[in-house]
Amino acid sequence: MKSIKLFSLLAGAALIAASCAKDLNLSPRYGLNADAVYSNPDNYINVLAKLYAGLSVSGNQGPAGMPDIGGIDEGFSQYVRVYWNLQELPTDEALCGWNDPGVPELNTMTWNDNSSFVSAMYYRIYYQIALANEFIRYTMDEWLDGKDFTAEQVAMIKDMGAEARYLRAFSYYHALDLFGNVPFVDESDRPGVYYPEQIDRADLFKYIETELADIESLMVTARTGAYGRADLGALHALRAKLYLNAEVYTGTERYADAMADCAAIIDAGYSLEPSYEHNFFADNNSSNEFIFAATFDGQHTRTWGGTTFLVHSHMGGTMDPAYFGTTSGWQGNRATKSWYDKFSDTLDSRRLVWLDGMEDTITTVGTFTEGIGITKWRNVNRDGSAGSDPVTFVDIDFPFFRLADAYLMYAECAVRTGSNLSQGVGYFNLVRERAYGNSDHNVSSLDLPLILDERARELYSEGHRRTDLVRFGQFSGGVYLWAFKGDEQFGTSTPIHYNLYPIPSSDLISNQNLVQNPGY
Amino acid sequence: MNWKRTLGIACVFLLISPSALAQGRISGSVKDANGAPLPGAAISVDDSRNSALTDNNGMYSINVTANQVNVTATMMGYVTARKSVSLINGSGQANFSLTEDAVALDDIVVIGYGTSNIKDLTGSVVSIKSKSFQKGSFASPEALILGKTPGVRITSNSGMPGAGSRIRIRGGSSLNASNDPLIVIDGLPADGLGLLNPSDIESFTILKDASATAIYGSRAANGVILVTTKKGKANAAFQADVTAVTSFRNVTSQVDVLSTEQFRNVIGENGTSAQQTRLATSDPDQVTDWQKEIYQTGRVMDYNVALTGGLKMPYRLGLGMYREKGVLKRSELKRYTATLNASPSFMHGKLKANTSAKIISSENFYANQGAIGTAVFYDPTRPVLSGDTAYGGYFEWTMPNGTPSALSPRNPVGLLELRDDVGYNTRALGNILFDYQPLATSALHLFMNVGGEYSYTHGNTFVPAYAAMNFNNGGEKNQYESSRTNRLIELYANYNEQISNRVHADLTGGYSFQHWSSSSPSFPSLNALGDTISPANPFPYFSENALMSFYGRGNFNISNKYLLTATLRSDGSSRFSKDARWGLFPSAALAWNMLEEDFFAGQTVFSNLKLRLGYGLTGQQDIYNDYGYIPNYNYGTATAQYQFGNNWIDILRPDAYDYNLQWEKTATTNIALDYGLLKGRINGSLDFYTKNTFDLLGVVPIPAGTNFSNRVLTNVGSMTNNGIEASVNLVLIDNSTTNFEIGFNASRNRNQITQLSLVQDTTSPGIQVGGIAGGVGNTIQIHAVGMPMYTFYSYEQIYDANGRPLERNGSLDQYSEGADVNGNGKIDDIEAYVDQNGDGLINTSDLVAWAGKTPEPRQIFGFTATFSHKRWSGGMTWRAEQGQYMYNNLSSNHGNYFEVGGSMRHLNNLVTDYLNTGFRSPQYLSSYYIQEASFIRLDNLYLSYNLGTLYKDKYASSLNISMQNALVITKYKGLDPEIAGGIDNMIYPRPRVINLQLNVSL
Repeated sequence: MKSIKLFSLLAGAALIAASCAKDLNLSPRYGLNADAVYSNPDNYINVLAKLYAGLSVSGNQGPAGMPDIGGIDEGFSQYVRVYWNLQELPTDEALCGWNDPGVPELNTMTWNDNSSFVSAMYYRIYYQIALANEFIRYTMDEWLDGKDFTAEQVAMIKDMGAEARYLRAFSYYHALDLFGNVPFVDESDRPGVYYPEQIDRADLFKYIETELADIESLMVTARTGAYGRADLGALHALRAKLYLNAEVYTGTERYADAMADCAAIIDAGYSLEPSYEHNFFADNNSSNEFIFAATFDGQHTRTWGGTTFLVHSHMGGTMDPAYFGTTSGWQGNRATKSWYDKFSDTLDSRRLVWLDGMEDTITTVGTFTEGIGITKWRNVNRDGSAGSDPVTFVDIDFPFFRLADAYLMYAECAVRTGSNLSQGVGYFNLVRERAYGNSDHNVSSLDLPLILDERARELYSEGHRRTDLVRFGQFSGGVYLWAFKGDEQFGTSTPIHYNLYPIPSSDLISNQNLVQNPGY
Repeated sequence: MNWKRTLGIACVFLLISPSALAQGRISGSVKDANGAPLPGAAISVDDSRNSALTDNNGMYSINVTANQVNVTATMMGYVTARKSVSLINGSGQANFSLTEDAVALDDIVVIGYGTSNIKDLTGSVVSIKSKSFQKGSFASPEALILGKTPGVRITSNSGMPGAGSRIRIRGGSSLNASNDPLIVIDGLPADGLGLLNPSDIESFTILKDASATAIYGSRAANGVILVTTKKGKANAAFQADVTAVTSFRNVTSQVDVLSTEQFRNVIGENGTSAQQTRLATSDPDQVTDWQKEIYQTGRVMDYNVALTGGLKMPYRLGLGMYREKGVLKRSELKRYTATLNASPSFMHGKLKANTSAKIISSENFYANQGAIGTAVFYDPTRPVLSGDTAYGGYFEWTMPNGTPSALSPRNPVGLLELRDDVGYNTRALGNILFDYQPLATSALHLFMNVGGEYSYTHGNTFVPAYAAMNFNNGGEKNQYESSRTNRLIELYANYNEQISNRVHADLTGGYSFQHWSSSSPSFPSLNALGDTISPANPFPYFSENALMSFYGRGNFNISNKYLLTATLRSDGSSRFSKDARWGLFPSAALAWNMLEEDFFAGQTVFSNLKLRLGYGLTGQQDIYNDYGYIPNYNYGTATAQYQFGNNWIDILRPDAYDYNLQWEKTATTNIALDYGLLKGRINGSLDFYTKNTFDLLGVVPIPAGTNFSNRVLTNVGSMTNNGIEASVNLVLIDNSTTNFEIGFNASRNRNQITQLSLVQDTTSPGIQVGGIAGGVGNTIQIHAVGMPMYTFYSYEQIYDANGRPLERNGSLDQYSEGADVNGNGKIDDIEAYVDQNGDGLINTSDLVAWAGKTPEPRQIFGFTATFSHKRWSGGMTWRAEQGQYMYNNLSSNHGNYFEVGGSMRHLNNLVTDYLNTGFRSPQYLSSYYIQEASFIRLDNLYLSYNLGTLYKDKYASSLNISMQNALVITKYKGLDPEIAGGIDNMIYPRPRVINLQLNVSL
């Protein structure tokens, strides 16, 4: 009798135990797991938006709080901001007065494989690639077969898959340009812990080229899709950059191919914005010159990086915040006199500088009032009003590619190939006429130094300078010196290995398939 | 969890009752030595398994099956008595008078799922009872045991009312998982100590080694603290105790900053003309001591009433009211507590229900702590009030258009006075432990423990639109809210019996299920007018996890000579995938009471000599992420959307995950000796331990491109902690009028990371941690292989012959000759910092991980002395920590000329350390700022006078004066050498406290 009761007790306890076992299968209440996300076609656009937003915001919360990558301040590591820093700070177009880790070595071209900005860029790139790979997997037939999606939905998903492949190629292009020989992962690599193989720079070039060719027929016609999303124009622009710098990447020049892509852009119906500075205003999303831009918004897309960084970091000294449509300056970036001297006159409307209270010679990088103040990025609308958040976060979109760049690339290819020269001169002069408001400063012939300087005048502070100087052989080495290059006040020659950034030491440790770039 | 079903089973469990065939009956009474009845005493007879308990009058009767039996009466706290009884006509009588077991009560310690006599322990267990607690007024309970136990480091977070503490037992065994010990309050694994009323606490039991903690398995790697609250005593008459404490709190010292005159001189000598014109000129004698402006004398009023009784049912009701006005103006904490413990018995004492319920309600006025740092460096030439009405009348730095200057600091008094933040928290926790004795024998007990905890916090902040601190947004009017729950059910059984002449067995086995959740709704951020500054997130926050466990423990006592303990616990955690969910945590320990051996017979020197050996495995799964193994997608906030055309699209992001995430495990070996000499006049223990943590849960870099972040929480490395703990207590005087005892404890712990990446690599500098104030993204510590965690990591400063740290491009005339080594007329980078790799450059490759310099002390010491003489008693507690280092962030951030404001629109004062360095720009990563922070602190000092009974043998009373944080001796240059984490960026200062206390028993 007693033992029966005891037994029933134990049995009861066992029953409770068993009923609880399933209670250990807990999952988030407000999130979704991967399969659930991609079983509803309506969710695809949200993930695609994240792929684009990876260029603009630093995490799931704007401006900060749920970071995508760790180990560095969120704002510092934002894609556009860190890309801009790597492309501009080691050049004549910018020096930053802050003492934060990673900044001084970018200013002076003395970084190493522990530099936090170098690794932030690297990991931002691979964050984008990993997200794209995941998304692409779920746009492939292996996943879509057997889903009860309509044909229309499947077509939409496949289009998005092509966009994701574009964005992956876009970030791989940055890896190619900045780091050269890098680990390679594509949609066949599922998330987990494994060790990707390293790909040669030339092979990565081929991969990007092949990818762009594959998706060319899938991308929407230039200027027909929704603003903010990549189209065929964006594809041509990326490929033009790829070919223009092909000799740097592979040793083989491809200027004629670059010219063809530039021509495709020029024929696509873009037009130069009549006022140069409107391209960098709060409402620059209405520019008809933009080919592909990262979008930012003071209310909806907030970050401590991006154009918010570009506006605030260039402000300080006697500049009036109201002129910039915001409230505070961070007293960081100025340009060097070497860059400023490329403007031969004050008539050029692209010369957006602040000289009041500034000494043009820099003796201490930390002193904001030494150097040339830049007023290119302003959070004001064409009607003079401030952006949607007049306090901190700006509305300005960041153009990766715009028509003026395509004109100048075409002109450069014309000079380098010796073909279509008059067409090249014509496009070059369109850029000059917009700058001066008349044709008085047009040129009749072109040479490479003129083109490099024109790019500095037209495209400064837009993240092109390092790539351009490398292509012209003037980035590292001693051909061209500017303030604090090589950590000397008036500049000094630097070793050639600085043309590429190093693979971050953290990834060399995590992945022993990787070999460091030469010189580091 | 199906709760209804559980309760159903519980009912079955309660209904099992014994039955026996009666042949005869014995009855009688059980009384104490004074003749008072003892209810609840257990009566057993040796011929059967029958047993009985005495009723409230101490009477019992029990059925027997033989005519001549031995009857035994046992009661906890009394010496067991036995009588032989002959039955006449089937009935007999046996009356017992039990004598109190004088040492017993003190020697009973609470252990996991039961109690034990201290002499039967095999593990490293320290029990601290209320009479040994620190004396004074405390908002939170951990301060009671400061300095009392070797191997336990308690660091209060700050002097803020109710700030709480960081507790570390034998160092920390985890990198990224929690290093907090498990807190169990009256048998309920709880969500920390919080603001539990210290005056309700009877004892703390600290379980340190794995043989003691393994019964808690997965949560035991950082030790366990068992908190037992005061209970009513059986048979005790009603009693009311009233305690009133009032205390005064003062800030004892201020950060040394430049005097107004020094400040004017420094700006005059070094400043740009713009800076010089920024000095206040209207009244050159204007001097504001900003640190004085923000502090006040704090007060505490702490009242406690405890009602206890136990004639029918032991109970205790504790009511407390605590009100603390902090030393920072406008900081205030009010805490109201009610604690009820009751232990009703049913079924003739065979079923007890130990019930415990606690409600803690607090109202906290959080003063704006931003004022603390700002008061250090705010311009001393400026007045508190500007004389006009803008910004609430407070002086502020402005732009030419009159709006507040964006990057300038705000008036510290304005920061304090113009920001309201009132938070309310209610925490209720409680459990009922059913203790059922199903059989006649008292050997078997079945337990069911049902408990839970609920904590709800809400509050509001308000900043008026005119306040400078949030002027651009038009002030702030926000609310916050969160809640946490914790539910527990446990079923376990205990069998405790002398199973042979030589062997006593105490077996425990059971099952437990616990579930936690936390949630908070999403609110928009509003300005003072209620306009939305940033919208609410689309989803509220909710996270939950659960743990299911099976456990068993056997204690075997062989002739009191050999003690053996073996435990096994299996835990399943919802935080891991079903393939990695279950962990098995065994332990075994052996103790040898050497004095029981024949060869020690007859000696009188030793009174105790026990050798303990233990080994065990414990786990860790407290990783702040309930879903780290799930490929999970989350929506972004409304401020992280992306523009497609004219639409703003919510983003959906996959989180990085590791499906193979599993338990972190710590293997602990403990070797110890407990000793007592001269009848216990000298006693103590000595412990040696080593803890190896493996499958370390760490957030580490992973190969780029392989997951949805660059760092993932995964099981990655290993770490060791080795240490020694020693304690000695001396009873120097012990006679009928006078007692004088001193206690001393010392411990050391060495931590070392032995592996920290997926691929072993010695070239890795490690993972940089320890973010500091100043610049963005600067860190000062590193987790590196071969070093302790949080080792300081900086450039190696070079000093001139006078010991002045050199600064790159610093003016040569401030340094002694020879500072400019290469004679190029300036101080180069490599003349200021040591070029570790000799490449002629100073960059991140020249950062040094400073072996042995960590925020954790090498040695910790505690010293306690207590005395009593007739009606007087008193005592003191000293505590020392030796060998730890601190990064003086306040000096690094405010001890250089750049910080006066550069080309900004304001002037900042500097700390006086600037006069030692003359640094022109911040040298955040200089080893100069890594300073030794050893200290000796007189934590507590008290004197008490027993007033005796006030009226007709009633109203026993005592008066008590005590002091907390009386004295600190240190070489550290900052304000306080004791800051958890080792980065001193100025905490809410710990006040010196003087308490007056009156106790009256009614």
